[in-house]
Amino acid sequence: MRLIMEMLSYPFLVRAFVGGILVSLCAALLGVSLVLKRYSMIGDGLSHVSFGALSVAMAVGWAPLPVSILVVVLAAFFLLRITENSKVKSDGAIAMISAVSLAAGIVATSLTTGMTTDVSSYMFGSILAMTPADVKLSAGLSAVVLGLFLFCYNKIFAVTFDENFARATGVNVSLYNILTAVLTAVTIVLGMRMMGAMLISSLTIFPALTSMRLFKSFKGVVLSSGLVAVACFCVGMAGSYRFSTPAGASVVLVNMGAFGIFWLAAKIREVWYGRKK
Amino acid sequence: MSALITCSHVDFGYENHDAVVDLTMEVEEGDYFCVVGVNGSGKSTLVKGLLGLLKPTKGTLAVSEELKKTGIGYLPQQTAAQKDFPATVNEVVLSGALSRRGNRPFYSRREKEMALEAMEKLGIQDLKGRCYRELSGGQQQRTLIARALCAARKMLILDEPITGLDPSAIQDFYGLTRRLNQEGVTIFMVTHDVANVVGQATKILHLRQRPLFFGTPQEYVSTPAGQEFLGGGRQTRKRF
Repeated sequence: MRLIMEMLSYPFLVRAFVGGILVSLCAALLGVSLVLKRYSMIGDGLSHVSFGALSVAMAVGWAPLPVSILVVVLAAFFLLRITENSKVKSDGAIAMISAVSLAAGIVATSLTTGMTTDVSSYMFGSILAMTPADVKLSAGLSAVVLGLFLFCYNKIFAVTFDENFARATGVNVSLYNILTAVLTAVTIVLGMRMMGAMLISSLTIFPALTSMRLFKSFKGVVLSSGLVAVACFCVGMAGSYRFSTPAGASVVLVNMGAFGIFWLAAKIREVWYGRKK
Repeated sequence: MSALITCSHVDFGYENHDAVVDLTMEVEEGDYFCVVGVNGSGKSTLVKGLLGLLKPTKGTLAVSEELKKTGIGYLPQQTAAQKDFPATVNEVVLSGALSRRGNRPFYSRREKEMALEAMEKLGIQDLKGRCYRELSGGQQQRTLIARALCAARKMLILDEPITGLDPSAIQDFYGLTRRLNQEGVTIFMVTHDVANVVGQATKILHLRQRPLFFGTPQEYVSTPAGQEFLGGGRQTRKRF
């Protein structure tokens, strides 16, 4: 408790906490849909694109946030297009785009400022990155994501479970896919500077995979993902403060731990039920 | 008997090629209608057309007023992602009622009752709270049919329904569709499994872009197209 009070006495840590919790919540909710649709790699690809866009924007002197949101949204559209068109293999395309944007970002920075700590903080994140504007943007984003999940929950389920059926019953599937892509893009850009380009995709993937170990209903998985994400973020941040470890990496490791616990719980339950029978 | 769907000289196609050409047919109430044909013969395109996801590029497609009101239940081909999807049977079946919801966010009690009814009809009410990914192939199939019935009970469109089922589940499935058909559900099925279907269907359409045959199964077995597809006679090796 004293640790938490101490942490909250620093304004930048409060911002990091608030922004981080909101971003992890959004990432986890959107992540359920992405993971179940086998789009896990899209998040990873987008984070690399975001890194490239940020570095180039910084080098040229444009406003980094709007530019990278725009670029990443475009990339998200493009990647979804590829996935919908089954003739092109999307995993190859994502790998290619990741590498190219990473390369572009690195070349751009080394041509201007050189490889400084800035680059390293993009790659692996920094808790100093959350500005008051970012926190406001995160709040807006999470309001949209939560609203979407609350009011369109059944449609999201239908689109995630079976696009063809949803389309046949008159749901505008493309609209939902685009909406998911745009929201994912914004989430990733916002979270990337704190978590790091290399680590942000874990925020989308881990909570969903963790919850899927234990929960058997879609509702259960969605609710648990949100809770797991927020809990892991808080524990990770506290740990990072206590042991002076990088914030992003600590959160990822806590997520891994949660995954292990859920996995173990599922195994124990399996054995327990097996014995009862 | 009244016609639910009438096609006259209809073409269905995409930007630069027609997948279905000059199709004239009628689906009547109470029909057990089977569409057969090799891969790429336009069967799935036809299904999309009937569901209204694709507009005919030529000809007229008329859907009866009655059917427009009730809608069509659809059983799509299963996707790989569904195999390990965390959702209860209840959640899946209930999602069939989505078309009635419009933009209202939550399901009402009436829709929940309808879902329960559909599950009872298919004998899966005991699986209600079970996880979809833990079911056998046959049980998953029943769940998806219940979902389709929850969407509409007048007519079902089944797209390659027996793919991936084991032999006993296939027999089960045919028994089930026959029962539903006798209870008044019009069945429209796309399939490869001609041999089994000939004994059940009331109408057969053999498609290879153009309709090669349209009529009763009794007539079908004696046509060259039918014999070729049923594997009778020496023509089996000839390529389509």
